[in-house]
Amino acid sequence: MTLLDFARGPALSFAYAVFVFGVAWRLVSLLLLPRNKELSQAKPGAPSVFSAAVLGFVRHLWPQKAYLRGTLFATLNGYVFHLGLAIIVFGLAQHILVFQSLFGINWPNLPSSLISVAAVVTLASLVVALVRRLTSPVLRLISTGNDYIAWFVTTLPVITGLLAVSHLGAPYETLLAIHILSIALLLIVFPFGKLMHAFLVFLTRTGTGIFYARRGAEI
Amino acid sequence: MPDNATIGELLARQGISRRALLKYATYLASIMALPPAASVAMADALAKSHRQSVIWLSFQECTGCTESLTRSFSPNLEDIIFNLISLDYHETLQAASGEAAEAARLSAMKANKGKYVVVVDGSVSTLDGGIYSTNAGKTNLQVLKETAEDALAIISVGTCAAFGGIPHARPNPTGAVAVSDIITNKPIINISGCPPIPEAIAGTIAYLVTLGKIPELDHLGRPKSFFGESIHDRCYRRPFYDKGLFAKSFDDEGARNGWCLYEVGCKGPVTYNACATVKWNGGVSFPIQSGHGCLGCSEPNFWDKGGFYKPLPASTGENGTIVAGALVAGAAVGAASAALSRSRKNAAKEKQP
Ligand code: SF4
Repeated sequence: MTLLDFARGPALSFAYAVFVFGVAWRLVSLLLLPRNKELSQAKPGAPSVFSAAVLGFVRHLWPQKAYLRGTLFATLNGYVFHLGLAIIVFGLAQHILVFQSLFGINWPNLPSSLISVAAVVTLASLVVALVRRLTSPVLRLISTGNDYIAWFVTTLPVITGLLAVSHLGAPYETLLAIHILSIALLLIVFPFGKLMHAFLVFLTRTGTGIFYARRGAEI
Repeated sequence: MPDNATIGELLARQGISRRALLKYATYLASIMALPPAASVAMADALAKSHRQSVIWLSFQECTGCTESLTRSFSPNLEDIIFNLISLDYHETLQAASGEAAEAARLSAMKANKGKYVVVVDGSVSTLDGGIYSTNAGKTNLQVLKETAEDALAIISVGTCAAFGGIPHARPNPTGAVAVSDIITNKPIINISGCPPIPEAIAGTIAYLVTLGKIPELDHLGRPKSFFGESIHDRCYRRPFYDKGLFAKSFDDEGARNGWCLYEVGCKGPVTYNACATVKWNGGVSFPIQSGHGCLGCSEPNFWDKGGFYKPLPASTGENGTIVAGALVAGAAVGAASAALSRSRKNAAKEKQP
């Protein structure tokens, strides 16, 4: 069995299983957790739970004016690599093939040159995010190993993917295998660390929205 | 066919001029990426040398490899390769049969002890003592060991001999293995492919005869001159790959426009062979040019790599059951942990005065 056979076969199957297991575990245990009864009276004129949830989510897409000065750069940079990752993951023909093989659906791909540009920008943005984390005293203090692991397993596939498409440094089969293995690592780590925010962000931000809207607080 | 004449004399007898030999040597030298001067040296050496004794053993195979060689580019030049060698034993091509054929093999082995080349096509059955493929009352396994004993070198022609090939594919009922799994004390050249490119077979034999040495091999024992580059690196559809223009099916707009076949399962990026450069049928075409993705037939286990039409990035495992199981297990563990914290909370409540 070659490295590529291993990556495409057992490694990916294992990673998919761990990912699905972990995400199901964390989501189900969170959603079934006993919740405190809401004892307060809803403020008159408070929006419905649904609109409060949507508003809460939308409101958090951009920082409050008062905080904007300090967070503008980080917010923008965050958008850059999140959008960049989305373009790469959902726009590259090779990636769409993976979704097609898993879910049977496909969509038109973006030109490879555009993806390459997106990947380089994303990589730069991720590096900037790390530099900021390491140089800002506050951020450094509140960063844990978990944050660095999340950064590492996200950045690794971008680097290995760039190498694979540009056929740099090793034969394509080796580069592709390493790229697939780096994705497998990402999938395995995903449910158990900070990356889970990709799912939880919808719970936390909507939850906060509902909580404060009921009390008439501006967020 | 014992004959002490040199190759040059033999060719002259058949009306093949030195010019034709030179042309042939130039052709071989160029496809093997040898320096231009090598072709003259090659032609001279060829003309002077005696024919190389070759014993061709056919095991678990389909005769496609022999077909490939005998359907070589041009009849005139194809003759030449058979003049370079003295094919002392070849079940398909020899006139002799039965006892006489076996006697020819044994006498060639005796006469050219330590100097003959063994060409093998087909894999070797090993299960139950190798009884699933026998010939003249002997298993392939026995014949291979016996013939390889005093050989100069072995050329494994075709993916079956080189890596086990189709007989080796799951579930491999005959316990088929590659020649190199059995013979470990002789130089082995693998010319893989299903079938291999005839020029790769002829070129390698010519190299061995003229230069008297083994060509430079890759990590899988294949001559680098033919297997040094991937199909993808020399594919004329590569610009479409680089732009992200792919045929999504065999009869869509992309296919008609000649776009890259990656999405319909082309294995060119991970396959090393000379199809994209030397091509087939005298340089007429090759599979990708004819509209079909590369199957990866010159690579080990090409039959068991998840399917010819499954694109390279797709997982080859059967993930449905395992993922469904993981989902159920994850949800169950999640529900259990929620229930646990619920019961803890209730217990804490009861304790409160
Ligand atoms: S058709 Fe196959 S070998 Fe040619 S560029 Fe596309 S993927 Fe590569």
